[in-house]
Amino acid sequence: MVQLKLPKNSRITRGKTWPKPDGATNVRKFQIYRWNPDDGQNPSVDTYFVDMDTCGPMVLDALIKIKNEIDPTLTFRRSCREGICGSCSMNIDGINTLACIYGMDEIKGDVKIYPLPHMPVVKDLIPDLTHFYAQHASIMPWLETKTNRPAKEWRQSIEDREKLDGLYECVMCASCSTSCPSYWWNGDKYLGPAALLHAYRWIIDSRDEATGERLDDLEDPFKLYRCHTIMNCTKTCPKGLNPAKAIAEIKKMMLERAV
Amino acid sequence: MRYLTARKRAEGKGAAHSGPEHHWHMMVSAVGLALIVPTFLFIFGRTLGGSHAEVIDKFSHPGVAILTGLVLFVGLRHFNSGAATMIEDYAHGTARKLLLIGSTCLTYGLIATGLFSLAKIAL
Repeated sequence: MVQLKLPKNSRITRGKTWPKPDGATNVRKFQIYRWNPDDGQNPSVDTYFVDMDTCGPMVLDALIKIKNEIDPTLTFRRSCREGICGSCSMNIDGINTLACIYGMDEIKGDVKIYPLPHMPVVKDLIPDLTHFYAQHASIMPWLETKTNRPAKEWRQSIEDREKLDGLYECVMCASCSTSCPSYWWNGDKYLGPAALLHAYRWIIDSRDEATGERLDDLEDPFKLYRCHTIMNCTKTCPKGLNPAKAIAEIKKMMLERAV
Repeated sequence: MRYLTARKRAEGKGAAHSGPEHHWHMMVSAVGLALIVPTFLFIFGRTLGGSHAEVIDKFSHPGVAILTGLVLFVGLRHFNSGAATMIEDYAHGTARKLLLIGSTCLTYGLIATGLFSLAKIAL
């Protein structure tokens, strides 16, 4: 059955409160989830105070400042700092988003930061995305063709290319999948919004010749039909994409070929 | 702990090649119920407060009896499909199978009881 209570060793305890910066007048409080697999302790929430006068505007700026100046053990993923790589996805102020493009002015009160929900944690704010990436690989995220390779290139009309807009921009940050209750309860079988959005991106590609096989692979009560149009995925997507619509389009195609 | 690759875990046993028919059934029965349930509720509401003879007379009318039978059959089958989805969402393993069997038995038990009662009234 669904677990409604965390196991004893996963319950969050009160963590360390780090001192306020000396002489700072514009201070903001950060509450950040901490868990170290090596110390055998329960997860905790540490409190940090950041001088906003010497900090950039984004949540990632504050995290980097904390790591550089207050607590070098704070662990999180980051890379491009401009919403392209998808590395710094985390739960900020109750919303799954990218720390690099989420402004602190959007948050009222204390800044609360947790790892992406319902995923195994590697350390602190880093979730284990192994299964998520394997699910993405399982939808064959590449162009499948049977016709001999053309001399120059696979051609595509402007109209067909436009069908990929709103799909190819996904950076696989996992914000959508980890905000989906269906993915929380059945993530082992349900592919989740990110993988399904990518699946649709290749199904709808006019150059791809494996549409039938792709639909065959998705024709499953769990892989696809666990989506109950809850729409958390669309609401949370930091890139403004609409995975719920992509899933609905796949369901429509399933019906078109069955009925 | 089984030493499976991440890809094998993700692939599982592959696709079951079912799902669209359940999706279609839910959509069609939802549309059907949206039409017949309000009509049934209207008729049912008008009989409330009536005498035993008046209620029997109303529900022995062929149109009302057929409508009531349809509400029972389509409604409870729709309920069963919805309950199955809910059970598949929240229960796993043996509990899932037992609950699915239980909800199916309950559904068809209620359909049979309802239709038997209706037949006694209408025939």
